[in-house]
Amino acid sequence: MSGIISDDRVTDLSKEEILRYGRHLILPEINIEGQKKLKAAKVLIVGVGGLGSPVALYLAAAGIGTLGLVDPDFVEESNLQRQIIHSSKDIDRPKTSSAKDKIQDLNPFVNVVTYNSTINSSNALDIAKGYDLIIDGTDNFQTRYLVNDVCVLLGIPNVYGSIFQFEGQASVFYAKEGPCYRCLLPAPPPPGLVPSCAQGGVLGVLPGIIGSIQAVEAIKLITGAGTPLIGKLLLFEALEMKFSRLRIEKDPNCPICGNHPTITKLIDYEEFCGLKTKEKPVDKISPLELKKLLDAGKKVQIIDIREPHEQAIFKFPQAKYIPFGQLLRRKNELDEKLDAIFICKIGQKSVFAIRLLQNAGYKGKLFNLDNGVNGWAEVDPSAPLY
Amino acid sequence: MAITLLIPTALRNFTDGKKEVQAEGKTVGEAVDNFANVYPDIKRHLYDEKGVLRAFINIFVGETNIKNLQGLDTPLKDGDTVMLVPAIAGGK
Repeated sequence: MSGIISDDRVTDLSKEEILRYGRHLILPEINIEGQKKLKAAKVLIVGVGGLGSPVALYLAAAGIGTLGLVDPDFVEESNLQRQIIHSSKDIDRPKTSSAKDKIQDLNPFVNVVTYNSTINSSNALDIAKGYDLIIDGTDNFQTRYLVNDVCVLLGIPNVYGSIFQFEGQASVFYAKEGPCYRCLLPAPPPPGLVPSCAQGGVLGVLPGIIGSIQAVEAIKLITGAGTPLIGKLLLFEALEMKFSRLRIEKDPNCPICGNHPTITKLIDYEEFCGLKTKEKPVDKISPLELKKLLDAGKKVQIIDIREPHEQAIFKFPQAKYIPFGQLLRRKNELDEKLDAIFICKIGQKSVFAIRLLQNAGYKGKLFNLDNGVNGWAEVDPSAPLY
Repeated sequence: MAITLLIPTALRNFTDGKKEVQAEGKTVGEAVDNFANVYPDIKRHLYDEKGVLRAFINIFVGETNIKNLQGLDTPLKDGDTVMLVPAIAGGK
């Protein structure tokens, strides 16, 4: 048992700390030496949302000495279904401030450092320097590649977790001892192909499970207890309550941790993830303009690409329903002579639907409803935000 | 060879909600192709414009990544379980 904290960094525990952490101290795998390492450890949590909430709470309770919290966002009502470190009274506060208060209530021995800003190539190494490991609790590919590269360049472990609907993944990417995120995923999906949780939904408990696994892995890395998830990808599926553990290996050709690295410093992650490619913008229509068209009785075809269970939340007036996954198969149901207006929840997936049809040779006029159903709620009091 | 293909949540929109499907193929590539022919909407998720398997989808036979076997040429035997594991990025 050694772990990633060197012995020269540890200090003694006070009587109060011995009382608080007693249940750890009597575990032979952790004991007082492991608890001292937890006290000496500095952990950076990137994203204090669904995953970051349980990670921050459990690591604070476990007695991690320093917790760094990075998040540029403010608490919103729709976060509270799963982001359990925040409360109703925290709405509109920075997530880092809300989380810091909770952590200090829970355990005053923890030193909390907050970064209420977006982590990017220009500040990431400065923020991460001095931390022993990073918890990846982010919600997008560009930040996940950034966190990975920072960890590889600094030589520290990346405790990874990600979630979607009822499914989660966890691993420890530690290039010194196994594969990194890039070994598993050399390139991100093209923008729009993989829906986000805002578009696809997520079971509120799911980040609690995956985040708790990340917290366990962090504690194991720090104390040296057990075998970390290095070289293994843990998959979890809540509906069937099924765990799978798959083997993943280091890629000798990995551009950052392979035998001949070509990435030696942080890169432009937006560009890497294809977010800067200049595509011709699709034509759009504002909710107010659409309402005027409908009120004036103008003949248009409204295509709602949401899934049937989402239509049950709100039926869009006069809409024809073609779920995104069936669009290409059913494109002949559209009339090329009529203007078509595409609707989704937030007006993003509908852009991809329009591009999909255009690339498939559809000749008629296609418009995207700005902000989707959530935008429509501004002009139609019967429409909910969700 | 008759194998079971496990479909992750993110791709079930394209398989009429099915969590697993039976497929036939002597190799992983053949089985996945045969599967994609039954559910054509899934094709552009699995393959790029040039027909190459997308880099964000990992395929495992049992517990092993086909990258560490023979890729899409990895041979299959009756009863194998093939799992599609696309990248997911949610965390908030």
